[in-house]
Amino acid sequence: MNWKTAIRKNLRQYMMLIVLVGIIIFFQVLTNGTLLKPMNISNLIFQNAYVVILAVGMLLCILTGGNIDLSVGSVVALVGACAGTFIITWGWNPHLSILLCLLIGIAIGVWQGFWIAYVKIPAFIATLAGMLVFRGLTLIILRGLTLAPFPQEYLAYSTGFIPDLFKGINLFGVRNTTSLVLGVLIALIFSLFEINSYRSRKKKGYIVESPYILGFKLVIIAAAIIWLFYTLANYRGVPMVFITLGIILIVYSYLTSSTVIGRHLYAMGGNEKAARLSGVKTRQLLFLVYVNMAFLASVAGIVFSARLNSASPQAGQSFEMDAIAACFIGGASTTGGIGTVGGTLVGALIMGILNNGMSIMGISSNVQQVVKGLVLLAAVAFDVISKKNLKFTFISKLRRKRREEVDLVA
Amino acid sequence: MKKTLLEMRNITKEFPGVKALDNVNITVQEGEIHAIVGENGAGKSTLMNVLSGIHPYGSYTGDIYFEGQECRHLNIKDSERLGIVIIHQELALVPYLSIGENMFLGNEQHRYGVIDWDQTYRKAKDYLLMVGLEEDPRTLIKDISIAKQQLVEIAKALAKNVRLLILDEPTSSLNEQDARKVLDLILKLRQEEGITSIIISHKLDEIEYCADRITIIRDGCTVETLDKKLDNVTEERIIRGMVGREMSSRFPQRENTIQDEVAFEVKNWTVYHELYTERKVVDNVSLNVKKGEVVGIYGLMGSGRTELAMSIFGQAYGSNITGTIVKNGEVLELNSIAEAITSGISYVTEDRKENGLLLGSSIMHNITLPRMDFVSKGGRIDKYLERKTADQYMEMLSIKAPNVEQFVGNLSGGNQQKVLLAKWIYSMPDILILDEPTRGVDVGAKYEIYEIINELASQGKAILFISSELTEILGMCDRIYVMNEGKIIDEVLPSETTQESIMNAIIQASKGGN
Repeated sequence: MNWKTAIRKNLRQYMMLIVLVGIIIFFQVLTNGTLLKPMNISNLIFQNAYVVILAVGMLLCILTGGNIDLSVGSVVALVGACAGTFIITWGWNPHLSILLCLLIGIAIGVWQGFWIAYVKIPAFIATLAGMLVFRGLTLIILRGLTLAPFPQEYLAYSTGFIPDLFKGINLFGVRNTTSLVLGVLIALIFSLFEINSYRSRKKKGYIVESPYILGFKLVIIAAAIIWLFYTLANYRGVPMVFITLGIILIVYSYLTSSTVIGRHLYAMGGNEKAARLSGVKTRQLLFLVYVNMAFLASVAGIVFSARLNSASPQAGQSFEMDAIAACFIGGASTTGGIGTVGGTLVGALIMGILNNGMSIMGISSNVQQVVKGLVLLAAVAFDVISKKNLKFTFISKLRRKRREEVDLVA
Repeated sequence: MKKTLLEMRNITKEFPGVKALDNVNITVQEGEIHAIVGENGAGKSTLMNVLSGIHPYGSYTGDIYFEGQECRHLNIKDSERLGIVIIHQELALVPYLSIGENMFLGNEQHRYGVIDWDQTYRKAKDYLLMVGLEEDPRTLIKDISIAKQQLVEIAKALAKNVRLLILDEPTSSLNEQDARKVLDLILKLRQEEGITSIIISHKLDEIEYCADRITIIRDGCTVETLDKKLDNVTEERIIRGMVGREMSSRFPQRENTIQDEVAFEVKNWTVYHELYTERKVVDNVSLNVKKGEVVGIYGLMGSGRTELAMSIFGQAYGSNITGTIVKNGEVLELNSIAEAITSGISYVTEDRKENGLLLGSSIMHNITLPRMDFVSKGGRIDKYLERKTADQYMEMLSIKAPNVEQFVGNLSGGNQQKVLLAKWIYSMPDILILDEPTRGVDVGAKYEIYEIINELASQGKAILFISSELTEILGMCDRIYVMNEGKIIDEVLPSETTQESIMNAIIQASKGGN
């Protein structure tokens, strides 16, 4: 593969990443460098963590065949309300309450998954009903009131920062040395992991890229990781939610790209009938995807209620739309079978940075909505148009062939 | 002297890899009923699609003259303007619209875009009377029987001022009584309205009943046109025309690989329709396959062969399934497709695009999908092993593609079919059910697929070979079950039978069965 085709092939894949970098540079300039200040990066993470968590779950739903979950915003609110009631009203142990909240999330997922996968109610309808039901339950539980504040132990899981083990030692003048050390460690582990897999692939006779490209890639990624942690270390350190988020991203990336379940998800979205006739248990898979979605929604519920430091009946409104938008901006296909966790992260970041950048510039939230809507439209339009030639010939060819086959048979 | 209404000259239509029509000539005279007969895949429907503009001018070669005028239809509208109306085998009525609305669909009775309901239903009533259907035109299509729907289709054609009515298998889903009614109607319309008809059918008794002339098509060529008045037209005569061809070098040499051991047995297998659960689609079928044996199941479309195969394959089709499956002497309870696969049964679907392949995925991902456990450990895919395995199968079946990363949607029909076979051979079956494994595949790829089948048999696999091509069944199988209307009506050895006698058996059974 020469350079040109490599670039062309990857251009579309990385287009949104390029757009993201462009947006970052754009706002960095317009806000006179406020965007990438340590405090603002910390803010960005807090502001977007729950959207990313929801979007990852939503991606799996979309992969199975363009199914979406409209109820996640309400689930976020309901889980927050449960946490508030357990901890604030009844004074239960925060740690056990969190565990219980996650179990409630799973139970909600079982409910939704049952209707969608086994009774075969269209996901759109079942989750629209869920959206109303769970919002209503939230209002009932909270009696329309907001519960606040949460104890410190509850907040520590998401709005807290990792503790500084090297208090007093300010390496390179950063405020939180542990964060910097952690960043360097992660960069190192990542590089070693990549080099190791490169070696084993080469040994097994795979075609591998030249070691220079690998080195270049590793240096860039490692530098980015260390820079991010260095910046965070200059504020209050690494937020706890960043760790949660990192784990979720790694786990689901791995799940979708390297496991049998992941492959079955893509197969189901690609051609459900063929997947079923190949022994993929499509119903069971659809069920699990919705259980998982509600589970992640409950994680997001805990993260979000901690960020608000209250259980509010209005929490999570229209979160489902942000999550869905992130998936589609990130390149997921509306008919399923296409999309990655990485792409979804990029999609969520584009939305998040637009929000944040415009807020810093003092643009009103009304205008922000318009911009976000247009960005979603532009991203998907770009995708459709850039695929147009390829896609149109492909689909029309397909149609023609199918018709021909019908002819041949009849 | 009769006037020529339609003449199609030297029509040739090619699809990628397949020549569907090869210099077909057909002449239809004004006021006659002209039948077109031929085996499945002979090119009958393609010819009619050329005539009605579904395959537009330019996508075929040859000339069409209608009333002496050359036609260059670009779409169905063009042909309908001349009064050429085609009624497809699958009726094209909208179930939740009324009879009247359906009749004037695309041809609405309106004034400035506002529909004139009085006129719609008044006219609809008139046309319904013409076809002898006493039904309120406000009735929804879903509420009337298929036989009546067929009549509505004909009335709809009349509403379009039809001159030449083309009926593609008009009676395939009707019982004998209703079928006779439709045929009588066509005769009546000719008499009273002077409407010329072309009928495509493989029910030869019906053709004998109503057709004036019969054109036989075989492998995309016109064989002959018989005139009822001049020739002595009998069913035997037509069958000979339909199937008569040499089959010397079209099949690879079959060695006798049959072992004594019975590998697979199905006993008293009965399946009901998936949606219409009172309808029996497979009726008390019993069959067996020995190791290394290729057993054919021949039947026309709708004979229940696919339903039989899919219901065996972990109940992938059907409801209320009863009967037993015995593999190597052991009774199997297969409640899911995954169980069937792990028990060593593979089903290669007849419809590779709809049911068989992930067109937007790579060859590799398609091949390994049925048995991910072969290339994974603890749920984690060993990508190196997967790649190596896929490479191996791609080479084994000589799939022509740059590498296994290629999207299946970009491959030719023959290569797609080989990917489908690779996928199911990879899943290590003992019993392989092949449903129309050579459909939509060119002659060269067909031969390769036959060779693969022989190779599998010589490895001791038991093979059930479903096909609607008689030559293929006779050329490839050690033993043949003939299926009709859900039942196995005959079991024959290819050495002791002919295509004519198999066709005859089916036609006799259809007569009695209705």
